[in-house]
Amino acid sequence: MDNFTVGVVVFPGSNCDRDVSWALEGCLDIRTKYLWHESSDLSDVDAIVLPGGFSYGDYLRCGAIARFSPLINALDEFVKSGKRVLGICNGFQILTESGFLPGALVANKNLNFICDDVELDIVSSKGGWFNNGDEKQTIKLPIAHGEGRYHCDSDTLKKLVDNELIALRYKNNPNGSSFDIAGITNEKGNVLGLMPHPERACDETIGGNDGLFTLKSLILK
Amino acid sequence: MDQFAVKVFVRLRPSVLDPAGEATKSASIKLGAEGIKSLRIGKMIEVKIEGNGENEVKEKIDLLCDRLFANTVIEDYEYSLEKL
Repeated sequence: MDNFTVGVVVFPGSNCDRDVSWALEGCLDIRTKYLWHESSDLSDVDAIVLPGGFSYGDYLRCGAIARFSPLINALDEFVKSGKRVLGICNGFQILTESGFLPGALVANKNLNFICDDVELDIVSSKGGWFNNGDEKQTIKLPIAHGEGRYHCDSDTLKKLVDNELIALRYKNNPNGSSFDIAGITNEKGNVLGLMPHPERACDETIGGNDGLFTLKSLILK
Repeated sequence: MDQFAVKVFVRLRPSVLDPAGEATKSASIKLGAEGIKSLRIGKMIEVKIEGNGENEVKEKIDLLCDRLFANTVIEDYEYSLEKL
């Protein structure tokens, strides 16, 4: 992974871009490069993270405006080539708005902005994003969102279940998400979107390192 | 070129829970309003737009609604047009 570089996208309003970069470089020794949202040249990055935050102020709907940025337009080819894309929180919202992942994220059932650690069940091994060493494994990651309630129609939910696209489910659903869904992948497995923040769980001294595996898996081919 | 005033209404689909609507309904009842059976909150977007006739403008508005104003996974939309 000498020259392997992860592109960390910066939208106006992103606020987890530096956390992601710090976690990758400081904890995992993986090189990163910030990608401004107006750039459409993805030729020198090998994987991409869409970080959390409030891109474009979350105007209209979370992730709705970011979808029209030159970078997201260029993402289609990147995804088709099989390279890995990780969308965290607002990044997950952008991936659903832009159609890379099905469903949508809407206001939490209790209308609160929830900032907490949550227990999650690893459901699928698709894409190798999580350590599926055990038959069924639980991890703990922080969440921080006001609009994280995953919603999809029943046909889409059936497709997610049948094709093993549900990556993570909340043990105690905090926001009212359909089927307790916290994260999903695309069919190929190279795109993962999740509401919890793995980059905030990469060091025992700040409360846990269950997020390390997911960030490290960005370098998988 | 004709100019049109368009009002677009975007609403959460009936199957999608509207917690803000529920909270407002609860506050309305606390205010003493009786008989409220349902309360849901949507968005109204006002657009002034030019085009060669109503059909051309409708095509543009349909595109905007489908691709930007509404996320049809969770929302429905409708609009009214007024020639200025």
